[in-house]
Order: sequence, then C-alpha cells, then structure tokens
Amino acid sequence: MSKTLFDKVWDTHVVRKIEGGPDVLFIDRHLIHEVTSPVAFLGLKSRGISVLYPDRTFATADHNTPTINQHLPVADPLSANQLDALESNSKEYGISYWGLGHQKNGIVHVVGPEYGITQPGATIVCGDSHTSTHGAFGAIAFGIGTSEVEMVLATQCIMQPKPKKMRINVNGKLGIGVTPKDVALFIISKLTTSGATGYFVEYAGDVFENMSMEGRMTVCNLSIEMGARGGMIAPDETTINYVKGREFSPKGEAWDRALAYYKTLKTDADAVFDKELTFDGSSIEPMITYGTNPGMGMGISHEIPDAAHVEGGAATYEKSLNYMGFHEGDSMLGKPVDFVFVGSCTNGRIEDFRAFTSLVKGKHKAENVTAWLVPGSHIVEAQIKEEGLLDILTEAGFALRQPGCSACLAMNDDKVPAGKYAVSTSNRNFEGRQGPGSRTMLASPLVAAAAAITGVVTDPRTLIEELV
Amino acid sequence: MAYDKFNILTSTAVPLPIENVDTDQIIPARFLKATERVGFGDNLFRDWRYNADNTPKNDFVLNNPIYSGKILVGGKNFGSGSSREHAAWAVYDYGFRCVVSSFFADIFKNNCLNIGVLPVQVSPEFAEKIFTAIIADPKTELEINLPDQTITLLSTGEKETFVISPYKKDNMINGFDDIDYLQSIKGEIEEFAENLPL
Repeated sequence: MSKTLFDKVWDTHVVRKIEGGPDVLFIDRHLIHEVTSPVAFLGLKSRGISVLYPDRTFATADHNTPTINQHLPVADPLSANQLDALESNSKEYGISYWGLGHQKNGIVHVVGPEYGITQPGATIVCGDSHTSTHGAFGAIAFGIGTSEVEMVLATQCIMQPKPKKMRINVNGKLGIGVTPKDVALFIISKLTTSGATGYFVEYAGDVFENMSMEGRMTVCNLSIEMGARGGMIAPDETTINYVKGREFSPKGEAWDRALAYYKTLKTDADAVFDKELTFDGSSIEPMITYGTNPGMGMGISHEIPDAAHVEGGAATYEKSLNYMGFHEGDSMLGKPVDFVFVGSCTNGRIEDFRAFTSLVKGKHKAENVTAWLVPGSHIVEAQIKEEGLLDILTEAGFALRQPGCSACLAMNDDKVPAGKYAVSTSNRNFEGRQGPGSRTMLASPLVAAAAAITGVVTDPRTLIEELV
Repeated sequence: MAYDKFNILTSTAVPLPIENVDTDQIIPARFLKATERVGFGDNLFRDWRYNADNTPKNDFVLNNPIYSGKILVGGKNFGSGSSREHAAWAVYDYGFRCVVSSFFADIFKNNCLNIGVLPVQVSPEFAEKIFTAIIADPKTELEINLPDQTITLLSTGEKETFVISPYKKDNMINGFDDIDYLQSIKGEIEEFAENLPL
C-alpha cells in the first residue's frame, strides 16, 4: 500500500497497536530541559524505576538561563533550583548533560540538529511544543507533556493515537525580503491556530525544497502554531549534507545503513492525505502579527482585518486588539516599537543573524529601541563572530547576548515590560508571553531589523531597495 | 502520578466563553519554576485572575463567587500553544476534574487524560447551550457520565455523547496511567529496539 513520509517513519516505530487505543511508539531520541523534566524524574523515583536507555536522552538547560554573565551563579533561586535539578537528575541516571557554561549548551531545538542528535526518519520528542522543529529533517518530532517525559525515560515509548495527515504545498518564487518565517506565518494566518489540530503536516513544493536546513527548521518549528502536532519535510541532498559527520550522526557502516533508510523517506506518488492545501509562494509578502495568537498575522502592507474575517469570534477579537492597543483597519506600518528580540528556537540560527545583519549594516539602532540579539547556541554565537557579523552589529549599536530561550517566554530576566511593544522573531504573541502585559508582534529577522533601525514597524523591502 | 478515579461527575460549572485560550494564559511561564507538582492551582489563569499588585480582578469568572464547581467550560480551541503539562496540573489542582469545550488543542487534551482531568468535546451548539444555561442560572448542573460517555445538561435533560478511546476510558475509570501499561510490556520494547534502523 502507498505510504506517506509520515506513515513510513511512524510505522517503523510502532512497537504494538492497542485495540481501540493508541499505538505504542518507540522514541529514538529524547531531549530534555530543566522546566518540564523535574516532575518526571520525581515520578521515576516514586515508582522506583530507572531510565531504560540513558544514551537516547540528552539534557540541555535553556528555558530559565540568563543571557548575560552566564559564568556567574544564577541569581533567581527558583531558576537555579530547577537548573540544579536537571544536572543532578542527569548525573544520577547517566544522561548527557549540557548545562550552563558547557560548550554544547543552547536552545534544545538548536543544539539537537547541530550535534547530529536529529536524524532523518527518527522519532524525537521533548517536553516542549516546538520539538516540531526537528521535522525539518524528515523526522517525526513533537512536543509532549511531563507524564510522557516520564514514560520515555522509563520505557523509551509513548502512547499516541496516529494523527491524520495533511500536506501543505507551496510553490513559486518567493519575493524579495520574504523569508521562511514569512512563509510559516502566512500559512498559519490562512489555517488559524487550530486549523491543523489533529494532523501531522508534510510540507512539500519547491519553496521548501529550495530552503536551507535553517529555513526548513523555522517552518517546521511553527507547525504547532496552527495546532499541528508536528510538520516534516522529506530529506534530500540538503538534509544529508547537513547531518553527515556531525558528532552524534551514525558513522562508518552505521552511516551506510542509515543512508539506505534515509533514501526511502519520501511520500509515495499515489499516497493519500486526509487534507491537502496548496499556496502560491509568490503571493507571500513579509508578515507581521497584530493580535494575540500567531494566526492573527497579515502581510506587512495590509490593514488589520475586521472581526468577521478573523477566526475566534467578535469577543475574542476585541479582547485581543484591546490588549494590543490596536484597532480594526489600522496599518501596522509606523506602529511604535520599544523592543526588538532576535532569537529563539524559531529564528535563533546563523541565517537569521545573517539576515538581520544584512539590513542593519551601515545603519544605526534607533534610540527608542532596546534590542536583544540572542543566539540559539554557542555554535551560532561563534559563527556570528567568525563571519564578522558581530563587528557590523557592534558598529550599528547592537550587542550580542549569550544563548538561551530568553525573551521568547521570558522565564529569565529578559522580560518586555507591561504595555511595551516588541517586534520578535520568536513564535508566540500570546498575552504576557514576553513578560506580564507585554505586546508582541511576530515577524522575520528582516522585519525585526527594519524595526530596530527605524524605531517603528517598517516594511523591510523599502530598506532592501535602498541597498540595491 | 496517581489520580482520583473518574466515573460519574455531577457538578455546577464555571463558564469561560473565550476562544483560543492558550496554555500561557492557563499558567504563565514564570510559574513553571517548581521542581515538584505543588501549588499550581493558585496560579491558574494568573494574569486574568489577578492584577499586577496581586489583587483579584473582579471581572474574571474565577473571582465571581456565583460560579463554582468541578467542571470548567471553555471556548473553542482550548489549551493551544505550549505543551506545558503544568496547565493541566493547574486545572486539576484548582479543583476541576473535567474541561468541556467544542474543540481542544491536541497536547493539552493528551496531558489532561494523562493526569486525570477528563476533556469532554461537545458540538458548538451544545457548548453554546451550556454557556447560556450556566450564565442564566449559575446553579445549573452538568452530569458527566464516563462509562456511558454522555454529558447532560440537567436543567433541560439535553444530552450529548462524547468520544474517548476505550483504552483511555478504562484508565480514567480505574485511575491507571500509561506507565503502568508500558512497564508491563518492557520485554517487548527491548526486543523491538534491537531491530531499529537508527
């Protein structure tokens, strides 16, 4: 029978099917961090059981960590306690632990691929909804709750009903200034935040084929924002070239075997999806969100639509715009910006910093803007320096912080104050996401750069045109 | 972690007719720093429930004494966003055993089922009837019958069936969790792991 990419990977990992229930799914790689794992370890202890395959789990500290002075003790006692718990639990159970100060420390979804933990055709889970990022490699990767973290630690399996399948095709040439982030925000704006709930998505079409791995990661990362459990892209030469030779990638004969498996990972020509959508890539423009969920986004030159054209009903729409201090029919161009955040598992990779730097080069940060540039990992941080980007950024009045999740969810001190506006390259514009009362506009690194140097929401294409 | 068995629940309900309630609202990230599962109910809907100075916001439903009960009725797409199980813990710890909505986000629904909160998905029309009935009379009771998979609006007798897999239903009725099951097939899992491509 014809199978989709998703079917092939899923079926390869089903240990047992339960009649009238979920499948028992084997998990190849498990990533853990300090926030969603402590209670799972407590569960193991209270049951008196151990970790079945410690070498299949990798721990990094990211959600709670400071992004300056990482060499100093963590000041917040609650954060420090959680970080300590991750370290002691990892050591007790023999799990690789990349804590603060470790060369491999960084955002879990950035370091996983960088070190080759992420492989095509693998099943990957983490107690974090943006685990969908790893689907960029043709892996089935999705976020889980803490009870499931405990299951994976104890048995390397979780119990999941097989989701439905959706394919999203985007073909055509992307316009100037249009990045993978814009493609994703565009799709979410069309599907809404619940439009793919119950589905696992495959992204197909030349727009994704032509993307780098970094771009594909940005797209797959945001799959959860339309409700999908995850999204994936069939592995190709770009994928194989990325994973080959990385520290935890298979080596020697194991690589040859893996490669043979990777080459099977594509949707059969006559395979059927439960839902299929197609968009024209050339119609996408740089995107920005105006509301309090990622589905409330639009082309940056558009005006805020009326309630009838926004999913969620009038009361929810009104609550959202009131929170943001925006009105129906407003243009976003020229809206004030207080903070710019570049980073997160969505846009904290080298390409994102290249894009940001390309636009601020030779210009200067606006006086009214506080900019937080937070690389996703030490590798990204080192690349920024090696490629000379840091010099350009410094010249333009920007500073680089140290790796971590930072202002994406503001668990550390990187909080946007109440009422202030932030243009953020992260993934969620929920109320209070970047700090209590913070107002977030999600956008690409280029839109973030345009905001950072003009001090207001600005179409980056106007600045790119200046360049050419 | 063990939870109370669920069979038939008859209770008044708290209405929250807002759509796309995300888990950042159910429990904001700054309250995720505990290393034990205690006290999350205090911070359920923290920023909708309290002002910055920690005084209660009187217009929020949890601060309205006329509404109470073990059932929370939310708007469409309840529990979207972050996978934090802390959101489900906060709901449970506050005292809710059941969340009713016309649509749930996937991970939140799974998390609820894993910790003993029953997510009951109803039709949009029935959700509307429930909201209308509770708001008209906060003493309105709902009956959630898990063995029969029905939800009944006791004031009118109107009833809908809801879907839950036989496996999860059995777990909830008996207070079992998935780890009990997975532990019982560990040998099979270890054998399976020998023959994986990666």
